[in-house]
Amino acid sequence: MKQWENFSKGFIRDNPVFVLFLGLCPTLAVTTSAYNGLGMGLATTFVLVMSNLVVSIIKNLIPGKVRIPTFIVVIASFVTMVEMLTQAFVPDLYEQLGIFIPLIVVNCLVLGRSEAFASKNDIFSAIIDGLGMGLGFALALTVLGAVREVLGSGSLTLIPDVAEFTIYQGDGMLVFVLAPGAFLALGYLIMLADKLKKKMY
Amino acid sequence: MAKESTFTNMVLTLFLVTLAASTALGFIYELTKQPIAESKMRKKNAAIQKVVPEYSNQPNSEAYQVGVNGDSLMVYPAKQDGKLVGVAISSFTTKGYSGRIRVMVGFKPDGTIENISVLQHQETPGLGDKIDKSKSDWSQQFNGKNPSDFQLKVTKDGGDVDAITAATISSRAYCDAVERAYQAFKKGGLQ
Repeated sequence: MKQWENFSKGFIRDNPVFVLFLGLCPTLAVTTSAYNGLGMGLATTFVLVMSNLVVSIIKNLIPGKVRIPTFIVVIASFVTMVEMLTQAFVPDLYEQLGIFIPLIVVNCLVLGRSEAFASKNDIFSAIIDGLGMGLGFALALTVLGAVREVLGSGSLTLIPDVAEFTIYQGDGMLVFVLAPGAFLALGYLIMLADKLKKKMY
Repeated sequence: MAKESTFTNMVLTLFLVTLAASTALGFIYELTKQPIAESKMRKKNAAIQKVVPEYSNQPNSEAYQVGVNGDSLMVYPAKQDGKLVGVAISSFTTKGYSGRIRVMVGFKPDGTIENISVLQHQETPGLGDKIDKSKSDWSQQFNGKNPSDFQLKVTKDGGDVDAITAATISSRAYCDAVERAYQAFKKGGLQ
C-alpha cells in the first residue's frame, strides 16, 4: 500500500509540474506537440529511475560532504547516455528536443528526488518513486503538449505516422505554439490540476 | 546514514564515482557510435535524393568542398552511369530570423535548380517556417528556375522571388542560402 502511494503521488498530489513546479524550463520549451512532451517526459523518467536507483544503492558509502557532487556525476552520466541513445535510435526526436536533453542534468526534479527521497529510502522505494514522479512529469508534459498542439496547429501527434490525428484544418491559434502560449496553457492546466487535487485528497 | 567526511574518503569516493561513470559512458559511446553515424548518413542521403534527379553512384563518397567567400560548402555530385545528372550542394545562411538555416540545393548540370530542401531552421512557427516544404509550397517557386536569369532576391529588393507574407526576413535568408549554393555551383559544381 505504501509503495502504491509512492508511485501514485507523482500523478496528481505531488505532480512535479502542476504542484511542485519543478523542471519548468523544459516543460515550457519543448511542449510544442504531444509527441515532444511525451519524449521529453520519458527521457526524464529514465534518468530519474536510474539515478534514484544508483543513489539509493550508494547512499551509505558516500561521505556527507561530497554527496551533491556525487549525485550530479551520476545524473550527468545517465543524461549523456540518454542523449547518445536517442541520437542513435530515435534521431527525429533527438532533433526536436535538441539542447533540452543535455539540460535534463540541471532539471531540479532529478536532483531533488535524489536528495530528498532516494538518499533516505531503500532501493525499491527509490525506484518506485522515480517511476511515479517521472511518469507524472511525462503525463503533465504530454497533456500540455497536446493542448498546445490542438489549439495551435490543429493536430495531435502522439507517435508520428502511427497515432497522428488532424483535429481541424487551417492554421489554428498560433500563439499557443509560441512561448506565450506555453505560459497561458500551463496556467489553466495548473488551475484544473488544483481543482482535481482538492476533489481527490 | 552518511559516512564521516574525511579528506581521504572524499577524494577516494569522487575518484571512484567518476571512474565508474566514465567507464559506463565509454561503453555506451562505443555501442552507439555506429548507429549514430548510420542515421546521420541516412539523413544526408535522403536529403540528397530529394533534390537531384535519379542517380546510381554514391554522392557521399565523391563529395568535395568548394570555397565561397571564406566559407566552404560541401558539393555532392550525382551521377547516372558515370554521367553527371545533378549536384546537391549543402548551403546555409546566418541571416535567418532566429538562428542558422541549413538547406540542400540540387542543381542540374546547366545550373537550373532541381529542388531545395530545408535541413534545419528555427523560424517562427506559422510565419517563417513556411520556407519548409511540409508547411507550405512557397519554396516550389524556385524549382526549374535558373539563377543566371532568375534574381535570387525578394521582389522588395529588386529580385524575382515572391516573399512569404509577414516573413520577409526568412524569405531573404532563404534566398541568401540558395544564392550561396549557386555561387559554389558556378565555382566548382561541374568538376
